[in-house]
Amino acid sequence: MALNNEKESIVTVNNVSKRFIKSLDLAGKIAQRFGADIREEVVHAVDRVSLNIQDGEVVGLVGESGCGKSTLGRVVAGVHEPSEGNVLFRGKAIENLTGKDAKEAALKIQMIFQDPMSSLNPRLRVQDIIGEAPVVHGVVDSGNITDYVEEIMLRVGLDPSYARRYPHQFSGGQRQRIGIARALAVQPDFLVCDESVAALDVSIQAQVLNLFMRLREELNLTYLFISHDLGVVEHLSDRVVIMYLGRVVEVAPTEILFSDPNHPYTQALLAEVPRLETRQRKFAPVKGEIPSPIDPPTGCHFHPRCPKAFARCHQETPALKEIESNRFSACHLND
Amino acid sequence: MPLSESPTIEVKDLKTYFFTKGGIAKAVDGVSFSVGRGKVLGLVGESGSGKTVTGFSILGLVDEPGRIVGGEILYRGENLVSASPDRMRELRGVNISMIFQDPMMTLNPVLRIDTQMIEAVLAHESISKDDARQRARDVLGQVGIASPDERLRSYPHQFSGGMRQRVAIAIALLNKPDLIVADEPTTALDVTIQGQILYEVQKLCSQTGTALIWITHDLSVVAGLADDICVMYAGRIVEQGSVNSVLDKPMHPYTNGLISSVPSRNKRGVPLAQIPGMAPSLLKLPKGCSFGPRCAQFSDACDSIPDISNYENGRQIRCHNPLDKGTILRVMD
Repeated sequence: MALNNEKESIVTVNNVSKRFIKSLDLAGKIAQRFGADIREEVVHAVDRVSLNIQDGEVVGLVGESGCGKSTLGRVVAGVHEPSEGNVLFRGKAIENLTGKDAKEAALKIQMIFQDPMSSLNPRLRVQDIIGEAPVVHGVVDSGNITDYVEEIMLRVGLDPSYARRYPHQFSGGQRQRIGIARALAVQPDFLVCDESVAALDVSIQAQVLNLFMRLREELNLTYLFISHDLGVVEHLSDRVVIMYLGRVVEVAPTEILFSDPNHPYTQALLAEVPRLETRQRKFAPVKGEIPSPIDPPTGCHFHPRCPKAFARCHQETPALKEIESNRFSACHLND
Repeated sequence: MPLSESPTIEVKDLKTYFFTKGGIAKAVDGVSFSVGRGKVLGLVGESGSGKTVTGFSILGLVDEPGRIVGGEILYRGENLVSASPDRMRELRGVNISMIFQDPMMTLNPVLRIDTQMIEAVLAHESISKDDARQRARDVLGQVGIASPDERLRSYPHQFSGGMRQRVAIAIALLNKPDLIVADEPTTALDVTIQGQILYEVQKLCSQTGTALIWITHDLSVVAGLADDICVMYAGRIVEQGSVNSVLDKPMHPYTNGLISSVPSRNKRGVPLAQIPGMAPSLLKLPKGCSFGPRCAQFSDACDSIPDISNYENGRQIRCHNPLDKGTILRVMD
């Protein structure tokens, strides 16, 4: 299994925070000068998250909207710079890399987005979408690009005779395959998949998930698979990370997380997942909404909705602690 | 569906076609089902299967170039297909409500919630504005919105996605309808918020006897919520019956494929069962059974469109080669 520690870690997320600051406009600054009680709004999208991903592993990152899972994915993929902390690629901090090494690391981590229509250039033909980056980065020389694009298209299950078509001429599932082909074209080791199957119909989703699994085998890829769909994550991942409001609340191997969730939030989440097996069930929802990351609750972020919260949860932030080997949970109940 | 006391809504052989430049798209082609008091029907299908158009047809919301070209929609015995626009206006929002996938389709972004809700009450009833406000407040509380008095004075953008959807649901409930058509109302919501909404909806149906048509692509939601299920493919219902019978023993190869491709039904790490190919364009349907080209059970018989076969317990299948051959009761002509 990919979990043992002897394996080299491919990506290490080291105490990463990401804050988005909405700065004051001119009127706001003037009002502030005159003593109005307004400040810059700071969104703590990701709050001191650490994560270690081994070579060849599939890590599922789960959470509800606004929990910071996409932001974390983008920090890992190098789309966002972390506000604090750093990301290591094969043991080296990406921020300290220069020249050839920096380019290498950037190419080796690729990202696949949810909506291929907004991540693929609608004015480029598929052959250019897939072929542009490998030529620019010297992965293949421009003479061989047609053959190379054909090979990649075949690999992701697209008919190479469609290479001269535009993205809008494809169906949703095929477009997602183009997105995958584009990422694979620069021969990455690590893919960040952000809700990559969320927009697809069930039968097409199964096809794309199977493609992800086949590619992992064939190319020895490592995935950070971000999704709100627990069923998909359960099927695909070796290890699952649960986030809530910017923080990691639980990390565990997939079987253990689904059979014996530790954190009350994970338990609530699993209880709410609709399953084919549960018929005409009585829904017993978790109370309340996800609080705003602009003004998160004190202590444990989940305490206002947690059925088991007690006094300490209001004041003290629980640390993510190893409760068993390879199992981490951030809950005061474990003390 | 078994004949119980007269159903709230009965759709018979409904045909809604879209007359486009590229040809006639038969979005709904001979759909029949009924929903009784307090019952929940799950209408399941992938994009383009005609499930939303079926819902729109019931509400009389089909726009040009679409038209209902055949069949009946009987609401308490009254045929809505031939009802006048004025009559539909009377029924919509009072007797029959719709909840859309995107709550911003229901809500006007520049009006406060109270304005919109009071308007919806006063449009159909002559009561005082205060009474209408009172009703709006009660219904907001009913769908689980905290401090409804304060929230009434808010604008839609001041709510989160889940709250907005609850406001849209509250508006649908305002006049205590007999029938609610809900089109993917929880698809865009998070699991915990979806749980809250399913809880409210379930409570409503059992308490007030509202019939509910829940349109979705998500079989797992239907499994937990619905009594009966209709599976649509390319404009036709291919399989219908009670939730337990359809999900436990799917007879149509498409239903079977859909169920098998749900990740949790598969062993972890093993390739998922998948349906090859993709749904056909409604303008270029294959000859015969429209699922034929993707079907593992395909035979020569499938070159003709299969009729509906009736099985025990109200099961109906549209297939020449059903997976688990039960006793055919009678073949409808």
